[in-house]
Amino acid sequence: MANRLKTVDLVLPTQTEELRQLEIGTIVYLTGRIFTAREGVYKRVIEDGVGMPAPREALGSVNFHCSPAASVNGDGTYNVGAVTATASFRFAKWLDGWFKQSGCNIIIGKGGMTSEAYRELFVPNNAIYLTTVGYGTGALLGRGIKGVEGVYWMEELGLAQAVWVLDVARFGPFIVESDLDGNSLFERENAKMASGIKALYEGTQPATLRRYGETDDKTVEVI
Amino acid sequence: MIVLSSLQQTAEDLMAKAAIEIPDDYLVGLRRCADTEKGDLSAFVIQAMLENYDAAKEDRRAMCGDTGVPRWYVKIGNEARIEGGPIGLEATLRRATAHATNSIPLRPNRVHPLWRTDHNNNVGINAPEIEYAFHPDADWIELTTVHKGGLFGSDYRMLFPGDGIDGIKRFFLDTLISFGRRGLACQPAIIGVGLGGSKDACMVLGKQASCLRTVGSRNPDPKIAALEDELKLLGNSIGMGAMGFMGSSMVVDCHIETGYCHTGGMPMSVHMFCLSSRRASARVHADGHVEFRTDPMWFTDYSRRSTVEWETPQMIAAE
Repeated sequence: MANRLKTVDLVLPTQTEELRQLEIGTIVYLTGRIFTAREGVYKRVIEDGVGMPAPREALGSVNFHCSPAASVNGDGTYNVGAVTATASFRFAKWLDGWFKQSGCNIIIGKGGMTSEAYRELFVPNNAIYLTTVGYGTGALLGRGIKGVEGVYWMEELGLAQAVWVLDVARFGPFIVESDLDGNSLFERENAKMASGIKALYEGTQPATLRRYGETDDKTVEVI
Repeated sequence: MIVLSSLQQTAEDLMAKAAIEIPDDYLVGLRRCADTEKGDLSAFVIQAMLENYDAAKEDRRAMCGDTGVPRWYVKIGNEARIEGGPIGLEATLRRATAHATNSIPLRPNRVHPLWRTDHNNNVGINAPEIEYAFHPDADWIELTTVHKGGLFGSDYRMLFPGDGIDGIKRFFLDTLISFGRRGLACQPAIIGVGLGGSKDACMVLGKQASCLRTVGSRNPDPKIAALEDELKLLGNSIGMGAMGFMGSSMVVDCHIETGYCHTGGMPMSVHMFCLSSRRASARVHADGHVEFRTDPMWFTDYSRRSTVEWETPQMIAAE
């Protein structure tokens, strides 16, 4: 893909020193082992106290907020088509316990979290956040999956919430959304747009019927 | 008589086409965004999506891993006769949804809202949704499937006549900015706006405007068509591109559909059909012949009629 953006290939698992080289806005491709986990898994691991479904070596240290478009073949093997992330902001409340139990240092998802969450949850755990691209480069990501190493909790959580352990090669593209210092690419972009947005609203009146909890500060995010 | 085996095969083919092949009208619109986008991150995202569509078609795999919540729009010709009647038709569409979810494969997204029960086939209580319309002087059935994500990008608000066109623009901006940040709405999108109707109809009209009209189409009312152009321009002047990065690629097109509403109100809904604007349609004729297309042709003079009675316009014979 021809572009002017810096691109880095990472082999998993990664050490903190490798992550330190990543600036927000860098394009990243991954090779190695990753696993999926989203709200069903977080609730089971953290709230229900079940713990991780397998040792760290078996799962890897990259948690993808997604579930694949996949089916189980008659012989028990898996047919994985496309994979795309789901929005991550709603998982922040589980992440403190999650980092400690999982040992993950890369979270992949959609849309990132607030820089406050990065500073409080990611920075102390030497973790970064990679955002998927699009969203919805599901077919490109599907191509990067070389094998399904295992699936945990299919019975308990269903196909869409289960833990899928995937071996991937040049899996991507992703964009570095938060670095080891907790900076957020999305928030940097929001700040650049703020004055233009303010100008668009100038002279308009709020709706006649208001809503509770609503803000008129257009720099505020809804996540 | 339209036989159910023909409808089921057509429905399963449509599920695969929708999931895998980006419609041409959206693709042309997105390429136009790519040509004009100045933001380097936003341009990178659009380029990655264009490559993703090619990968999906080459591999025959779903273009997006979130294959949305598959649903059906059915238009029935007034003279059409279906084997098994409407009950047979509904069972066939539910069966096709379940089969295709497994065979493509799609993600089984549909779960019970409280118990999170997942049948692993995208079928359950009130799922998939099936909406019906009718058409005069026809003996065919048209099936359209739409695979749209379900979490972000839609909103509803009761505006009032005094809020005026400015109020419409303001709520339009509110929705695009709040869901466009971080790209939660997966823009550039086809924005559908519902104006008027009862509250539920307002949501339905806006959703249909985003999912069932093609990029480049315009409302037949010239003043509403002008508002569609104006809102498109407005959305692209926010300064926000793909994924909420700096740029100009927010709106691939804007479609407005209207319905008569309560005299005191001006309800409005906004819907965003995403970078994976997945829809596929087919007309199934009584003789079993099937024509596939990407334009649902859902809105017609008949569906937008405002009179009590309907008389089919007579064709004027060529001299």
